[in-house]
Amino acid sequence: MNAIKVAGSVGSGATSAVEVVAESLERIAARNEELNVFVHLDPEGALAAAARVDERVAAGERLPLAGVPVALKDNLCVRGQPTTAGSRILAGWRPPYDATVVARLAVAGAVALGKANMDEFAMGSSTETSAYGPTRNPLDPTRVPGGSSGGSAAAVAAGMAPIALGSDTGGSIRQPAALCGLVGVKPTYGLVSRYGLIAFASSLDQIGPFAATVAEAALVLEVIAGHDPLDTTSLAEPAPELSTHLDDGVAGRRVGLCRELVEGADPEVVAAVARAAEALARAGATIEEVSIPELKLGLSAYYLIAPAEASSNLARYDGVRYGLRVEGPDVEAMNVATRTVGFGDEVKRRVMLGTYALSAGYYDAYYGQALKVRTRMIEAFARAYARVDTLLGATAPSVAFALGAKTQDPLAMYLSDVFTIPTNLAGEAALSVPFGTGEAGLPIGVQLLGPARSEAGLLAAARVLEAEEGR
Amino acid sequence: MAGLSREEVAKVARLARIALDDAELERFTDQLAQVLEHAADLEALDLAGVAPTAHPHGLANVLRDDEVRESLPRAEVLAQAPDVAEERFAVPRIIGEAP
Repeated sequence: MNAIKVAGSVGSGATSAVEVVAESLERIAARNEELNVFVHLDPEGALAAAARVDERVAAGERLPLAGVPVALKDNLCVRGQPTTAGSRILAGWRPPYDATVVARLAVAGAVALGKANMDEFAMGSSTETSAYGPTRNPLDPTRVPGGSSGGSAAAVAAGMAPIALGSDTGGSIRQPAALCGLVGVKPTYGLVSRYGLIAFASSLDQIGPFAATVAEAALVLEVIAGHDPLDTTSLAEPAPELSTHLDDGVAGRRVGLCRELVEGADPEVVAAVARAAEALARAGATIEEVSIPELKLGLSAYYLIAPAEASSNLARYDGVRYGLRVEGPDVEAMNVATRTVGFGDEVKRRVMLGTYALSAGYYDAYYGQALKVRTRMIEAFARAYARVDTLLGATAPSVAFALGAKTQDPLAMYLSDVFTIPTNLAGEAALSVPFGTGEAGLPIGVQLLGPARSEAGLLAAARVLEAEEGR
Repeated sequence: MAGLSREEVAKVARLARIALDDAELERFTDQLAQVLEHAADLEALDLAGVAPTAHPHGLANVLRDDEVRESLPRAEVLAQAPDVAEERFAVPRIIGEAP
C-alpha cells in the first residue's frame, strides 16, 4: 500500500477510502496480537471517517492524502480517543482537543486508524518501556522495532498503514525507521507544530513522518508542516515545497562523511555508510571526510538536558486534572502515590536525573554545563555546513537488537541514540533512509543531516540512495 | 563529581514526588551514578565564556490580541478529572482542621 497511489486511486474514484481502510483493518487484525503495534484502535470511527472522505471526493474536493490510512503515535492528542503516551498515568484519558498535525491530516483526507505503541513518554529506544507491553519488529518478531516511536514504525513495516507519525526528541523517529527499513524524517525544530503533542523535552521534541519511500514521507511532511499560532515555537513560515524537489539529485552537492557519526557502529553499518557515500559520488556529489569532535559530547549533554526538561514537563501529572489518581490522606501523599504507581522505571529514572541536574549545588555543573555544550555543538555544525552542504553518517550503531537485550542496562540503551542526538540539540533537520541489509537480512539505515530548513535537499539525496537500491 | 549517594537519590525522589523502596533506591542509585559518570566528560571541559543555549531558536513571547475566544468545553475537560466538585477540580484536604 503506497500512500501516493492510494490518494490517486481514491481521489479519482477508482477505489473508495472505505475499501482501503477496511484492508488496513484486516492487516491489523491479522498481526496486532502478535506484534502489539496499536494500543488503541477505532475501527468504526476509521470506517466512518473514510466514508466522509469518499463523500468529500464525490463532492469534487481534491485531497492530497485522500483515503490514506495513518497510524498515530500515542502521544498525539485525538479528541475523544484514548491517548496514553505509553503510560499508566494517562490510562483512560481522552483529550478534549486534536493535535494540529492530527487536524491537518484529516483536512488532507487521511484516515487515522488508531494509536501506535511507544516507549513511556517517548523515553526509550526500543518501545520496551511502554506500560502496555513491548512492540515486536515485524521483520523479525524476536527483535525490537526501535523506539520510542516503535509502534508507528512497526505499523508501516507490517503493511498496516502506508504512513505514520512519530515524534523525535533524540532519534525516536530516525532510529526505529532504520531498524524497520523505513524512511523517517526529523524536521527542523519549529517546522511542525507541537500543539497536542504530549511534551517530553520541549526544546528538542519534533513531530515527523514514517513511510516506505522518500516521496511518501515528503508528501506527509508537506501536509503537517507550516506555521501554527497555537505553538509559540512554530516557525512563522509556510510549509516548504518538498515533492517538487525530489528528483533534484545531488550533482555538485558537497557531502561530508562524518567520522563521529560512524565511530563505534557495527562494521556492517560502517560499510553501508561507505557504500552510500560512493553512490552519492556516482550521482555527482563530492565526498569529503569531516570530523566534528563536539558531536561526541552530545550524548552526555542530551541525557542531562532532556531529563531536566522532562522533570519539569511531567510535574503536571499530579492526579488533579486528568489521568490516574491514587488516593492519599492529603494532597502530597496523593501526588506521591499517583506518580509512584503511574510512572514506570525509565520515567522515574529520567525525572530523578533531571531533578538532580537542576537542583541547587549541581545546576551549574550539570544542566548549565550541558547548555554550554549545546552552544558549542550548534557552532560546530555551523562550521561544518560552511564547508559541506550535507552530512552523512549512520542512524543507529546496529541493526534491530533482540528484545530484552538492553532493558537492564539504561546506559547501553541510551547509546542507541548516539548518532541521532546532535541534530535535536542543534534544532536542525535529519532523516534516515534504508540502505542495504546486515545480519540476518535486517535493514540498515543511513542518516543524512543538514542545517535548519534543509529538508528538500535531504529528501532529494535520500531519493538518490533509494533509487540506487531499486526502489 | 564524587559518586552519587543513596541519600541524594532519596532526596531527589522526594522532590520529584516519587516513593522508592529499598531495593529500588539501591538499583536507581547505581543506574543514575552510571549516567552521571558518563556525563563527567562535560564537567572536565573548560566552557568559561561560552553562552548557554536553552532553546534552538531562542524563545520570545508570542502575544495575541486580548479578545474573547472559544476555549475548551468545560464539561469535556472536567469529565476527564479524577474528582470534581461544584464544577471545579477537587483534591484531598490541604489545610488541617482547626484544633
